Amino acid sequence: MARIIVITSGKGGVGKTTTSAALAMGLAQQGKRTVVIDFDVGLRNLDLIMGCERRVVYDFINVINGEANLNQALIRDKRCDHLYVLPASQTRDKDALTKEGVDRVLTELSEGYDFIVCDSPAGIEHGANMAMYFADDAVVVTNPEVSSVRDSDRMLGILSSRSRRAENGEEPISEYLLLTRYDPERVANGEMLSVDDVQEILSLKLLGVVPESKAVLNASNAGVPVILDRESDAGQAYNDMVSRYLGEDVPHRFLNPEKKGFLSRLFKG
Amino acid sequence: MGLLDYFISSRSKGSANLAKERLQILVAHDRAARDQPSYLPQLQQEILAVIRKYVDVDLSAVSVNYEQEDSHEVLELNIVLPDTAQNQA
Ligand SMILES: Nc1ncnc2c1ncn2[C@@H]1O[C@H](COP(=O)(O)OP(=O)(O)O)[C@@H](O)[C@H]1O
Ligand SMILES: [Mg+2]
Repeated sequence: MARIIVITSGKGGVGKTTTSAALAMGLAQQGKRTVVIDFDVGLRNLDLIMGCERRVVYDFINVINGEANLNQALIRDKRCDHLYVLPASQTRDKDALTKEGVDRVLTELSEGYDFIVCDSPAGIEHGANMAMYFADDAVVVTNPEVSSVRDSDRMLGILSSRSRRAENGEEPISEYLLLTRYDPERVANGEMLSVDDVQEILSLKLLGVVPESKAVLNASNAGVPVILDRESDAGQAYNDMVSRYLGEDVPHRFLNPEKKGFLSRLFKG
Repeated sequence: MGLLDYFISSRSKGSANLAKERLQILVAHDRAARDQPSYLPQLQQEILAVIRKYVDVDLSAVSVNYEQEDSHEVLELNIVLPDTAQNQA
């Protein structure tokens, strides 16, 4: 039985797809059989971040509609044996994601995988609901910003009331906070909400803090999940995140500004 | 960061505190709203309809407030009646 993880946020553009790609790759690199599914029907871009866009033949909706089987639609990652991508449809309507269809695909995948990572679209409507409905774990991706924190809180309300676990009266979804695009310098200057500020409001298990990083754009330009950029701060932060998710006790890094000399601070722009 | 900024930059001057205060209010408000029973809007409509049989009030005259406290829930009903009885006649 696979564990189903939804990467969610409510607000768009906070780093869900970046995180889905990183988490899926990280789990697969630890030997876990992993599949990552793009639920963002109509705006698919997980395949771009994973660098497999030219190998897409069939998509999630084709499988739901019985136009292709899973083996035809799943794309095997070339860098990591245990990783598969199920792309979203570029053209269809979100309503094509029926609850029965999604259930059927997830159930079939559950047999052969350890983890199913669901990259949710933005918003709190159908597509996002389908991505989270079947989840066992939820990673709530949040930026240190008023609207993002607020939307994350609204998402928590939905997770606790409108999921399969909630409806069946089972143990609730495990919710984790991932704070991304964190700028320690601005936090130190009092210009940006700190991890503690956000935690005071959301009080979730903190899975990680990913700094604002140029490495993310570089990685997306190249179609390589940023977690594979081992030199980069974001890559390392995502690596720590995966270890924490798997139960390791890893201290948080990148929370404080890089130590700079007094002089360089004086004369920097 | 210039020389002056370096010395005056302190935790308190930034806008993060403001963000946090606004968020605390916003989130408390959101949470209160989503913990409300789902029958509340309907209840409000029906109460309004009953009152209108007797008094000519408008839509905003009836407000229904629901609050959850530690051991009990409070349903608060507020009806604003027109100024005086003479006005109605
Ligand atoms: N840690 C980060 N540092 C810098 N840019 C980031 C970071 N995380 C995400 N981004 C950028 O933010 C944008 C939105 O990211 P994406 O993962 O597509 O968000 P979502 O899936 O939530 O819409 C992209 O341009 C991405 O490169
Ligand atoms: Mg996305």
